[in-house]
Amino acid sequence: MSLTLSIAERADILRRHEAAIRGSLKARLTTIATVAALLGLFVYGLTTLETSLWKIVSGVGNLGSFVVLMLPPDPGSWARAVIFAKALIETVAIAFLGTVLAAALALPFGFLAARNVVANRIVHFLARRSLDTVRGVDALIWALIWVNVVGLGPFAGMLAIMTSDLGAFGKLYSEAIEAADRRAVEGVASVGGGKAHEIRFGLMPQVLPVIASQVLYFIESNTRSSTIIGIVGAGGIGLYLAESIRTLEWRQVSFLILLILAAVSAIDFLSGKLRFAVIGKRAV
Amino acid sequence: MTLAIDRNDPVIRVHAEAYRQASSVKRRQTLIGVAVFIACVLLSARGAEVDLARFAENIGRFPKYIHETLPTLRLASLGADLSEWYWGLKGWLKLLWQTVLIAYVGTVLGTAGAVLLCFSAAANLGRSAWLRFVTRRFFEFCRTVPEIVFALIFVIAFGLGPLPGVLAIAIHTTGALGKLFSEVVENIDLKPVDGVTATGAGWWQVVRFAVVPQVLSNFASYALLRFEINVRGASIMGFVGAGGIGQDLIEAIRKFYFTDVSAILLLIIVAVMLIDYGTERLRHALLSLEHRR
Repeated sequence: MSLTLSIAERADILRRHEAAIRGSLKARLTTIATVAALLGLFVYGLTTLETSLWKIVSGVGNLGSFVVLMLPPDPGSWARAVIFAKALIETVAIAFLGTVLAAALALPFGFLAARNVVANRIVHFLARRSLDTVRGVDALIWALIWVNVVGLGPFAGMLAIMTSDLGAFGKLYSEAIEAADRRAVEGVASVGGGKAHEIRFGLMPQVLPVIASQVLYFIESNTRSSTIIGIVGAGGIGLYLAESIRTLEWRQVSFLILLILAAVSAIDFLSGKLRFAVIGKRAV
Repeated sequence: MTLAIDRNDPVIRVHAEAYRQASSVKRRQTLIGVAVFIACVLLSARGAEVDLARFAENIGRFPKYIHETLPTLRLASLGADLSEWYWGLKGWLKLLWQTVLIAYVGTVLGTAGAVLLCFSAAANLGRSAWLRFVTRRFFEFCRTVPEIVFALIFVIAFGLGPLPGVLAIAIHTTGALGKLFSEVVENIDLKPVDGVTATGAGWWQVVRFAVVPQVLSNFASYALLRFEINVRGASIMGFVGAGGIGQDLIEAIRKFYFTDVSAILLLIIVAVMLIDYGTERLRHALLSLEHRR
């Protein structure tokens, strides 16, 4: 059997299966319209956002010269390096404590927002929306607000991380609780366990690994966000970073960025290890 | 039938002993874990200068601050009060629109960068291990340096305005999406790739006809998720002078224009919620499109 296809046969196949090969006209038009609309918005954005080509070119030139000025990374003096290391530790402390406190404080909110725990629709709705509101405000904005309340310093940063995470954790907890399997709880009840036993042996083993892995993940991502909280004066390494960028100490900037990169990847590594220890190798 | 257990049965005794040992090891591990955890909390409380006395003293200022930012709304003159509260609505809406545009343009640029680079970062398509390593480290660098740091640097290089904000978001998006995209590519079915390769197609043709159709809806869904995150990110770009509504917000907070703070924050929250809601519906539609096939 030969597998050659004459041009006439090919054209015939094309004609018979035109819909399958070319797709329907409507689908094609929708695709074209969507892409055109998205592109149009993009071009509109470019024109309204003052992005002139000349500005970009000269900016890239500036950036290039900054990069040259950044090399080699240098903290300036040994004393400054110690100050930066201390600020880095402060940053990690802010992230860790903020996350842990938020994780603890979010528990009651998580139960309130879980549909299978609180059946009242109004309570459920209010709990969900207030969590959304807290989450919708960026940590940097919370930091500004807390700086006004408790004054400058890492304490305000810790409170900011805590508040913004409260919203995220509350939502995650409520979802974990809603997704928990009822059968384990029923099983505990069927062998004569009381309410406390149901929660301890039926619900907790299901919810705890999810919560623990989320908390670890958040510590990791909060290390990133707390590196910048110092920009508004809420402690940590961000203050020095913003300062040295504003005073054009480029070598110091690159040193600080390298320091942050190293710290974040160390915490990535550590929390990844811990996460797998908590939830087991398989489930990711 | 009864299920009596003889406690003196040696077989059961051995099992019970083994169980006791296993659980005591587990318990010891848990205790050590808890001790380490408490030590970490105490140490970081020191590091973060937690001062409970200061907190107790000042906590009253938090509700007071929130209260002060709220305007006085009387039922009798609700319209007038509202218009006084939102006196700058026109300007704020303009800035909010700029924020959304910054997020959108940044997302589009960043997504384009991620799409271009993700194929060489994927283990199953990347042609050289060296190139893969370099792309992956590049993605890592882009997403680990916070976008606002990029914005700070770009403000100096490009001048004040939305352009540094757009670029900062684009770079961060490239890093974050590049990783996700390359993971999507790594999970594809390789049979179409073999099929297209068998017809003698080159690398780009393989990507175009065997890979892109499989990953497109996942890419779109991730890009939408990123857009939502970027709207939040763009709302604070103004803090460092990189455009958007953040610049009015930080001014209001620093100058104690209390009611302006709540007005702008409310606008941001509503906008973020609307975009959350819209993109989530779109994402689910896209993903169900994927599952239906």
